Amino acid sequence: MLETLLHGVLLGGLYTLFALGQSLMFGVMRLTNTAQGDFIILGAFAVIAGVSMTGASVPWLVVLAVLPLAFGFGYLLQRHVLNGTLGKDPLPSLVVTFGLSIVIQNLLLELFSADPRAIEVGALATASVPLGDTLALGALPLVILAVAVAATGAMQWMFTRTPLGRTFRAVSDDREIAELMGLKAKQVYALATGIAFVLIAIAGALQGMRTTVSPSDGPLLLLFAFEAVIIGGMGSFWGTLAGAMILGIAQQIGFRVDPGWGIWFGHLVFLAVLVLRPQGLFPKTR
Amino acid sequence: MTALLDTHGLQAFYGDAQALFGIDFTLSAGELVAVIGANGAGKSTFLKSLTGLLRAPSEAIRFKGEPIGGLPPGEIVRRGLAMVPEGRRLFPSLSVEENLLMGATPRRAGPWNLQRLYGLFPILAEKRRQPATSLSGGQQQMVALGRALMSNPELLLCDELSLGLAPVVIREIYAAMPAITGEGMTVVIVEQDVRMARQVSQRVYCFQDGRVSLTGRSDELTPEQISQAYFGIEEHHA
Repeated sequence: MLETLLHGVLLGGLYTLFALGQSLMFGVMRLTNTAQGDFIILGAFAVIAGVSMTGASVPWLVVLAVLPLAFGFGYLLQRHVLNGTLGKDPLPSLVVTFGLSIVIQNLLLELFSADPRAIEVGALATASVPLGDTLALGALPLVILAVAVAATGAMQWMFTRTPLGRTFRAVSDDREIAELMGLKAKQVYALATGIAFVLIAIAGALQGMRTTVSPSDGPLLLLFAFEAVIIGGMGSFWGTLAGAMILGIAQQIGFRVDPGWGIWFGHLVFLAVLVLRPQGLFPKTR
Repeated sequence: MTALLDTHGLQAFYGDAQALFGIDFTLSAGELVAVIGANGAGKSTFLKSLTGLLRAPSEAIRFKGEPIGGLPPGEIVRRGLAMVPEGRRLFPSLSVEENLLMGATPRRAGPWNLQRLYGLFPILAEKRRQPATSLSGGQQQMVALGRALMSNPELLLCDELSLGLAPVVIREIYAAMPAITGEGMTVVIVEQDVRMARQVSQRVYCFQDGRVSLTGRSDELTPEQISQAYFGIEEHHA
């Protein structure tokens, strides 16, 4: 049982990274990015392409190089595409990001074929940390969990303690008044999406290291991101982390019952939360 | 002497519905002018046009001699025109101090900063870490007023400072006005409380159905003139 819980928490770490960008974009501008999962896969393939082009034996430097590119990509995407879809009606942004999702999947299929690929991390992929006599945890999943907790803490700190976070909250509260104070909402939105895309690239790189990725994986990752955000509620990034943990643990319990039940168990918990507590487990406390 | 602000035949629309029908308004530096009028007379619409929240023709509004009609609100506040919006509209996710700091976004030089504001409203210093919307109505109005002052405007527009507040609280808020105008700031107040408006202002504009129905010095206008301009002839007999 303890093993199942621990594996659930480790899986939850990965789901946290899938979900943080979604949580940020929805929190700042009520934008639901239905291409979130495909952008994660795109991030993984960007690292794979970088590794094969530079012949780097260790992918970490490539990952570091991809992060600023991801920020710039997100910034420009928001500035020139997504800002035009924002308004009282949520439909345009849903349609446009859904369209992007199809474009990215086909682009990756064209460039990399449908074969699953992975980012080689050498010995780290198989290293494990023994816990007592019978239990051992993978080193890479532990690294992923540590990154997830650090990223969540950093996002929470940025959002609540920094001038940038203050502008994010102000624009989210009342865009008109924020602009009356001299803020440029469209630029603030672009910064938020830039940061979300750094998180997306981190998630993609780690997903590609942990397992294989293929161009059609995106929608499933989007589903996990959605479920984590909704289970956690929109109150804070820690809520997103908690939602991701609950989803990860539920799936691991399902896997234990029957190898075919894991994902399904996660969906059941998600549906139960939607029915019993649609505002999520940790909603805004105002 | 050139006016700090003047409007010529300013019109405003909400979709197809016209709300202002040619407002001529002029303001000299250092004045405190009150705009009064019944609900729906166009007072708030007038302020929204001045701050860019409602579109206005470029030449219809001149501030410091330059046309500002139709500029985005952020550009207008950078030029020195700030507003305390109707209903305060504080940022609920932000603390008192964070709300005040948002007002300083345009980074204009001037006498107003956090320290100065906390001197004017000491209660805000005490509650600076609390969520702004957890304060009492009067204290929230102080935050809204302070937030506008933080941009160090040359012209401050106040929309219904007294809205929903008890008389004793209204007097407390208006007691801060001399400290504000003492810095040479020009102020326009939109006010339903006619007595308070006449008491604190030098001149009054009365709006009725989107037009200026009366204007004059606050101490020279008679209550009869005002009530006639306020309600209109028809209502007067009704």
